[in-house]
Amino acid sequence: MADNLETTVAFWYLAIAAVGAGGLMLVARNPVHSAISLVIVIFHVAGLFVILGAGFLAVAQIAIYAGAIVVLFLFTLMMLDMRRLPEERVTHRQIWLGIPLGILLAIEGVVVSVGTPEISESIKGTFPPATVSELGGSTQALAVALFNDFTLPFLGASVLLTAATIGAIVLARRVEAHEQADFPQAASGSPANETAAEADTAEPALEESAR
Amino acid sequence: MMLNGFLVVGALLFALGATGVLIRRNAIVMLMCIELMLQGANVTLAAFSRYLDDQAGFVLVVFSLTVAAAEVAIGLAILVALSRVYPVVNVDQLDSLSG
Repeated sequence: MADNLETTVAFWYLAIAAVGAGGLMLVARNPVHSAISLVIVIFHVAGLFVILGAGFLAVAQIAIYAGAIVVLFLFTLMMLDMRRLPEERVTHRQIWLGIPLGILLAIEGVVVSVGTPEISESIKGTFPPATVSELGGSTQALAVALFNDFTLPFLGASVLLTAATIGAIVLARRVEAHEQADFPQAASGSPANETAAEADTAEPALEESAR
Repeated sequence: MMLNGFLVVGALLFALGATGVLIRRNAIVMLMCIELMLQGANVTLAAFSRYLDDQAGFVLVVFSLTVAAAEVAIGLAILVALSRVYPVVNVDQLDSLSG
């Protein structure tokens, strides 16, 4: 893609908006405002992906991040009901270490990024724009790479998602009465272990041995 | 060159996310800041992939999206499970393991 005027203008707009929304996310007192800022960052990064010629990634980014991850954040905020929790103190001791370290990291990253040398032809990969358009577009080129060179990691990702789904369900499900003894508040009351015969028979056994 | 611009954006997003993890005490906002760091890494990966004429970076962004989704699902589930025991989201108050 030629670095023409439209691309440059779009890049500067998207870059400034993404970084600005990222900054807003940090200073927003209300976590819901932080989530909205995260959505803004995600949409502008998706725009950057479009400039980079990766339309599929832009759509996947919007669908997965804005459609699933941020919605999950908002659901959790709804479930936890922040209003009855104590206010987050904005000034604490760690801020005086955190902000200088963050600025240092930003300066370091910018210096390294600006100092990145021109990419020589000798280290370029096997998907020049001609090959990509010959394959039928960036999505097809991505699919060729994904399903030829990265088949095993792709299958691993599916296993990871399955494990994460099961883990999230197990972690977030309602705690039954017979499992209350796992938690410190209910340690004194001994619930009837005989009713705990359903899925996790190991937990009552552990509990017995601990007594 | 355009590549440097993308790298600067990626670095700035990563630094913002890291700063957020350091200065914010709300566990949910900290998770969001981790997402911001992943966004910065994704921009860098995609930019290098585009300017090196290689598809591996784009593929890695796909995997990064997968890992981000899994991480958020587990992280938020842990927070929900934790909030049943200790109704706080401030990580400074979750210090029962600190001696």
